[in-house]
This record gives sequence, C-alpha cells and structure tokens, in this order.
Amino acid sequence: MSQKQKSISSKTDFNQDERLQKVSKLRLLLNRPELGALGGAILVFIFFGIVAGDSGMFSAYGTLNFLDVSANLGIIAIAAAMLMIGGEFDLSIGSMIGFAGICIAIPAIYWGWPLWMSIIFAFAMAVLVGYFNGLLVVKTGLPSFIVTLAMLFILRGATLAITRLITGRTQVPGLSVLIENDPIAWIFATDTFKWLFTWMGSMNFIAMRTDGLPLATGIPISVIWFIALTFLATWILMKTKYGNWIFASGGDKNGATNVGVPVGKVKIGLFIGTAVASTIFACIQVLDAGSADTMRGNLKELEAIAAAVVGGCLLTGGYGSAIGAALGAIIFGTVSMGIFYTDVDTDWFKVFLGAMMLIAVVFNNYIRKKVTESK
Amino acid sequence: MKTFKNFILAIATWAFMSVSASAVDVIVVSHGQANDPFWSVAKNGVDTGCKDMGISCKYVAPATFDMVEMAKLIDNAVSQKPKGIVITLPDAAALGKSVKAAIASGIPVISMNSGSDDYASLGISAHVGQTEFEAGVGGGQKMKAAGGKKALCVNHEVGNVALDRRCAGFTKGFGGSVDILGTSNDPTEIQKAVAAKLSGGYDTILTLGAGLSGEAALKALEAGGKVGSVKLGTFDMSPNMLKAAAAGKVEFLIDQQQYLQGYLPIAIFGQYIRYGTMPAGVVMTGPGFVTPDNAAKVIKWAAQGYR
Repeated sequence: MSQKQKSISSKTDFNQDERLQKVSKLRLLLNRPELGALGGAILVFIFFGIVAGDSGMFSAYGTLNFLDVSANLGIIAIAAAMLMIGGEFDLSIGSMIGFAGICIAIPAIYWGWPLWMSIIFAFAMAVLVGYFNGLLVVKTGLPSFIVTLAMLFILRGATLAITRLITGRTQVPGLSVLIENDPIAWIFATDTFKWLFTWMGSMNFIAMRTDGLPLATGIPISVIWFIALTFLATWILMKTKYGNWIFASGGDKNGATNVGVPVGKVKIGLFIGTAVASTIFACIQVLDAGSADTMRGNLKELEAIAAAVVGGCLLTGGYGSAIGAALGAIIFGTVSMGIFYTDVDTDWFKVFLGAMMLIAVVFNNYIRKKVTESK
Repeated sequence: MKTFKNFILAIATWAFMSVSASAVDVIVVSHGQANDPFWSVAKNGVDTGCKDMGISCKYVAPATFDMVEMAKLIDNAVSQKPKGIVITLPDAAALGKSVKAAIASGIPVISMNSGSDDYASLGISAHVGQTEFEAGVGGGQKMKAAGGKKALCVNHEVGNVALDRRCAGFTKGFGGSVDILGTSNDPTEIQKAVAAKLSGGYDTILTLGAGLSGEAALKALEAGGKVGSVKLGTFDMSPNMLKAAAAGKVEFLIDQQQYLQGYLPIAIFGQYIRYGTMPAGVVMTGPGFVTPDNAAKVIKWAAQGYR
C-alpha cells in the first residue's frame, strides 16, 4: 500500500510503475484490436462504392442482402472469436449447423413435435455437443484443432446417416407452414421494422415490386441477433470477471490456473458457446428457407475463423475482440456478395475473395504495427 | 514502408482498372460448382449464347452446394435489375422465396437443368432440361435388359433432389435391388467408396455425373479387374467416359445435352428482349443415350467442351 501511495505522490518520477501511467483516450482507442478491422471494412466499402456504386449493390434490397450474409456469419464468428481468445479452435461449427437444422426439422416434420419443442431440442443437443467438445479438449489435453476436426466429420456424417435413415432423402422440406402459429419461431424468422420499409416504399425511397409491396420487406432477424450478440459478447469480455478469465485462459493457461481461474470450465463454456451460436445460425437459416439439408453450413467454420482473424484475433489466443470479429464478418460478407456486382468473371470468385481477405488482414496488421510503434 | 505502400497502391490501381460494373441483360444463377466438368460445358453454352444473341450475361454460382447462399445470389441478381434471370432449381423450398421475389419485381425467370417438377408452381416462365425421374427409368430399363440384378446408384451431390429422383427412377426401371451410395464430390473419394462397395456382389453401377463420379467408378472397376463383369452406366458425358464407351467399357451414357441447357435459356431471353416471345412449359434437352455404337461421333465435340 505504501509503495502505491509513493508512486502516485511522485508523478514526475520516471521510475514509477508503468501500470499507473496515465494513458490518453485516443491512445486507448488506437490500441484496440478491432481498429485495423474497422479500417479494412472502410476500405472494402470504398472499393465497392467506386466499382459497384450504381449497380444496385447499395440499394435497400442489395444492402440488406449483404448485411444478411454478414450477420449470419457474424453470429458464429463472434462465438468463434471468444473461443479463440480463450485459446482454442472449433472446427465443428459448420457441421453443427447442419446437425442442428436436422434436429429441428426431423422432430417437427416426422415425429409431430411442435416446432418450439424441436427448437429447444436442437439447443439442448448443441449444449451437449459443445460440452463434449470442451470436456474432451480439457480432459485429454489434445489440441482442440484435432478434437473438433473429428467432431466435424462425426456430426456431418451423423447428420447424413440419421436423415437418410429416417426420411430416405437428404432434404427435409415443409417447415414454412409450421412457423405461423408457433410461440417462439418468430425469434428466428421475422423481418423487423416492416412498417419502416412499407413507409419508405410508399414514399418511393426504395424499389417496389409490381404487386405494390416494397422489394426489401424489412430488416432480417439475423441482423438483430448479430447486433445483440456483438453487444453481449463485448460486455462479457470487457466488463465481467468471465471476460478476464477468458483472456487469461487464452493468454497464459498455467498462469491463469495458478491465480485460481477455472480454466477448464471457462473453455467448456466457450465450446458450448460456439455450438449454441451454430444452432442460432441454423434456426435462422432453416426457418427462413423452410427446409433443412444435410449439407447446410459446409465450410462455415473456416469462414468464421477467417472473420475472427481479420477482426484482429490472434491464432495463439489471449488477444482479440467481439467487435473486431463482427467487422471481420461484415468484410467477408460484403466481399463475397459484392463480387457478383462487378464485371469479374465468377470463375475468379475465390481468387478475388482470397485477395480481398489478404489485403484486409495485411492492412489491419499494418495499422496495428503503426500504432504500437509510435508509443 | 515505402515499398509496402507502393505495393498496396499498385494492387489497388490494378483492382480498380480491371474491376468495374456495368448493366447486364441476363444473369445466370447456377448451383453448379465450377470444378465440375459438366457445368463447364453448360457455362460454355451460356457464353456462346450471349455472343450469338449479342447480349451481356453474367454466370454466378455459390462456392459450395449451398442452397441458402444460392438464394442470396438470386436476391443479388434481382437488385441488379437485369432483363431476365436464368436459374437452376435443385431445392424449390429453399429457393422459392427468392424466385418469387424476382418474378414479383417484374423480372422473368427461366429455370434450367434441375427443377422440372417445381418450376410451374413458382411462376417460372419456362424450364429447359430433362425430366430426371423418366431419364432414370430409361437407364434402369436398359440395365435390366442387359441382365442386371443388383445395382449401386452413386450420388455425388447429396442434397440435390434432382439426383434423388434419378436414383428413384432408376430403381423403378431396374426392378431389382438398388442401393444408394452417397459420396462427396471429390473424385478420389468416390473411387475409393465404389471400390469398397465392389465386394458387395453388385453387377450394375449407375453414376449420376460422368466427369466426376462416372470416371471415378470406371477407375475403381479397372483397378478391381471388374470392367465388363460389372456393367457401368452414367448420367451425363465427359470426354474420358465417351472414349470408354467407344471401347465398350461403358454400357451407356445418358445425355441431357447440358450445353443446350446453358444456350437455350439465353437464346429464349435474347428473343424475349427483342420480340417478347416466350415458350411455354418444359423444353426437353434429353434424355438421349450414347452407346458404344454412336460414341465415336460425339467424342470430337465433347473434347471441345460442347457436349
């Protein structure tokens, strides 16, 4: 105590504890991991604003379209980012999406369950899968990369096998009619702010269909989930002790254990988080499309990790942010939809996507270096 | 740092110069991944059609067989306000909403390849393709006539309803026992899966895509020394499978002439843009059978990417 008082009293002393140095608000802002991603996102928007500005990409319908794609990806990217900050990977995200979709569709269509019950069932299965993933990683000490890679195959295979066993096919359609009177399905299947779009349509601000409805009917529910989860994750990471535990577990596992952080529990919780986020993704997609499919969510785990990395997460853990991952998802979603508005032959799609990602990451990295250099 | 800045600047300049957007007449949204030789031929049909009609076109496809992403691509096409949209329709439930939105905003839609059973209920103007179930029945009957008793149907696009129907039609026409083998679209994996199944006493194999699963199944037969004793038939065509047919290693190829599936919708829209004409119903592009007798003639064009 006396030492602390001493260092405060002698502010001019250059030997004072660096943790007590005053840091300006601007410097704090520049040190945030999401800053580079923000720059990258702005760069991407400027790029498409110039090359595709008048192609309909930034019309109400076009904007909602790439926002929807970004938001869906963002939901899983945020969970993946939290797990990466906690020092682990989850490669089973994409397979979990397909699995959760089937967990909703088969009970609802083939076993006559009410839709809300199938949705709860799917979330229960997600918690189980996440718990199992986490437990395996924590108990065996194997890299999560391997454990969840195995789960990627197991879940995708089980999804196909179970679906073909019960239904004899690979798609389960017919969910649209069940949504109407369900007490909780609307949480995953409504367009919001419809009144606003109807009004904008009537004022001729946005494009109309020939039947008098606006082409863009409302903000997709995925966007609301995306924003809500970004806030929730940011709050957990920045304002709660669990947030500190997550950073500690990923930054230095032994150190964290020594100061009493329940590292195992934290990691299991984060694995449950990614599985539950995948199920939210699946609910939105299945209820929007009206059908479940064994191939849904294919390769989404890599997109989620890519978004988290573009958003400033370190592959080694202990560093990153939810807002960064959200921005990463926006970059990814915007680029993957934006290319279709340009004149690039779509044979080049993946080259273009990869190049834009690379530029975003390099730019991100460059900004971060620049900032930390000028300390 | 300076070289780095110059590097970024060069990339940006290159990107801006080579990338630009302009109004497009027809947008083709297909589920066919570009690594499938079948879709490369269909895309050649689109490209030639656009050149012949003198209109501008764009061909887009999702990166994986992902119907939700494909629905987004259709939405994207709508917001670009083309004069017509051509789609494939492998999953009417997942794509229906986007297709209806396109039609409601005044853009006519033609479906091709898959979707012959669902196109009319969505309000799609016309369908260009072959009816899958009937083509499957035809293949089944041919195999039955060849003396088959126990067959394997290899599905390399698990999730595509059109392929499910091909297998179902084949099962009906064949009459005997038919097992379905679901695989990924990776040729090596298909070959290994078929090879593993060969010990199961099958005398007949039907693959649903020539360039990918057909060639892989043939390799498995060759490696196992079972060419001839196990009869192989396939949907669609590829240069190698045609050569195999000419050599008598393959019973038949069911030709749906996907080049026309790319070309005809563009030709239809070309005339529609000029004179407002539109055919009604299904424009059939198949099935036709390529057997060892007529394979040699087809080979030449297949090698050029037109068959």
